[in-house]
Amino acid sequence: MGDSLVRTEQLTAMNEGFRNVWTISKRELGGYFNSPVAYVFIVIFLLLTGFFTFSLGFYHERGQASLAEPFFSWHPWLYLFLVPSVGMRLWAEERRSGTLELLLTMPIAPWQAIVGKFLASWLFLAIALALTFPVVLTTAYLGDPDNGAIISGYVGSLLLAGAYLGVTELMSAITRNQIIAFIISVVVCFLLLLCGWEPVTQFLVNHVPEGLVSLVKGMSTWHHFGTFQKGLIDLRDVVYFGSVIGFSLFTTSVVLRGVRGA
Amino acid sequence: MITVENLVKEFGTKRAVNGVSFEVKPGEVLGFLGPNGAGKSTTMRIITGFMPATSGRVTVGGHDIVDNPLAAKRLMGYLPESAPSYSDMTVHGFLNWAAEMRGLSGAARKDAIRRVTGLCFLENVLHQSVDTLSKGYRHRTCLAQALIHDPEILILDEPTDGLDPNQKFEVRQLIRRMGEKKIIIFSTHILEEVEACCTRAIIIDRGAVVANGTPAQLKAKSELAGSVTVRVHGVGVDAVRSKLAQLGVAGKVSAQSEGNSVSARIQPRERGQGADLASAVADVVAKEGWRFDELHTEEGRLDDVFRAITKPDTAKAAA
Repeated sequence: MGDSLVRTEQLTAMNEGFRNVWTISKRELGGYFNSPVAYVFIVIFLLLTGFFTFSLGFYHERGQASLAEPFFSWHPWLYLFLVPSVGMRLWAEERRSGTLELLLTMPIAPWQAIVGKFLASWLFLAIALALTFPVVLTTAYLGDPDNGAIISGYVGSLLLAGAYLGVTELMSAITRNQIIAFIISVVVCFLLLLCGWEPVTQFLVNHVPEGLVSLVKGMSTWHHFGTFQKGLIDLRDVVYFGSVIGFSLFTTSVVLRGVRGA
Repeated sequence: MITVENLVKEFGTKRAVNGVSFEVKPGEVLGFLGPNGAGKSTTMRIITGFMPATSGRVTVGGHDIVDNPLAAKRLMGYLPESAPSYSDMTVHGFLNWAAEMRGLSGAARKDAIRRVTGLCFLENVLHQSVDTLSKGYRHRTCLAQALIHDPEILILDEPTDGLDPNQKFEVRQLIRRMGEKKIIIFSTHILEEVEACCTRAIIIDRGAVVANGTPAQLKAKSELAGSVTVRVHGVGVDAVRSKLAQLGVAGKVSAQSEGNSVSARIQPRERGQGADLASAVADVVAKEGWRFDELHTEEGRLDDVFRAITKPDTAKAAA
């Protein structure tokens, strides 16, 4: 009897937590679609993916019904600029306009706002990514692609976007200026990407001990994203992206605590 | 019930709030007065749980704002100083969001939005985007957000800032009406506002409470308080001054002629003798057969008290 009462209370608290996260997410998503930003972003994203895939990716010349090289391999570079442009306003704008005070005096836990904002932007990126489906249809029409590889490619791409987004949300909490948040995010994401990029690892191999090279490589989004392109969903890579997201969001909460105290 | 005990807030080496303590009970409207930068907003931000205090304790309805922030925040509605709202939303969208954040749904949410739209006169702009609104409307939109869940406690940081005189009047009426059942703390630097709607006022200067009492009690601290002013016709200044100075209860007497009449101000010998003094002055006037057209006891003026106990910014900069 007493136990079930406690359980019910816990469930109510949990439901309330989810409801708060959803309320925050809805507002953020609405914020994207209420302004032209969302449409401009999606159009640019689709144009660029199309351009990279069919022109720079030598999609036709390859003569292979595979998306890994011509399509997914461009995503780390595309996201480098597009994800920070989606996430840069998350906290910077709240800080600049003073709505942070409103948001954080509502009866919600700060993590609910942090996660709610993250999910809204991630969902937005997922929508943009889903709209690249014509590329998949084209490939299916022209040949007989490996569907598993396409799915793992998309999963990897979404996780990669999530990792960049986590970094961007953190940088957005650090400053009240969106442009600064954008620039720092691009730089940090670039470093995360670069430390596993082959020319860089080749350079490192000649100059530092092997253990360090593999450590640096292991921290790279490039390295972990590569596995997905090969058609594998490896738990280690999922854990890696999950850790980057989790660490970023946790650090965001620490930063916000500092912002409120000062 | 709100209790604030020994609140201290430091920003780096600067102490913005320095040992503030007070209590507010239901049915009280507490006016927060003080020069700019005195620590009013910081105190409110700590009470609402936006900022943690460096030391000290705040409980709201029995809930400690640090240990049990959600329960405390549920009881409060808050209008921050700059009255922020999400500029990309419509007024209705914003209020709907605020209602959802407060856990209202379905018919209760619709009713709440209708109620606050009426209270804050937002009917005409309900479907306009916030960034197209004038300052007054934006301010009231944020005020509406604070009222959406009909909270027991309202914390309003300069609620009449940026409003025109009619709107100021309406908001004061609203505060007074709601103050009968709720706890309201509001900050202002308009002194007439304190007299118009507070049951109690606190004056804060440089982070510390320098006065705490009903508006009448605060006014009584004024130097003028309790002095009697009388204006008589057809008598010489010196005659008036000497007759009045002979009164046992009178202290300092000053008199000057204004055209045909003489205006005299008599201060009581001891504080709190205002009533005796007025009747004594009236007796003199009657006995001498002076014609008079004014005789009253000064209540004191809040702005005199305010100036006397707070140091102006310029003095602070020099110190």
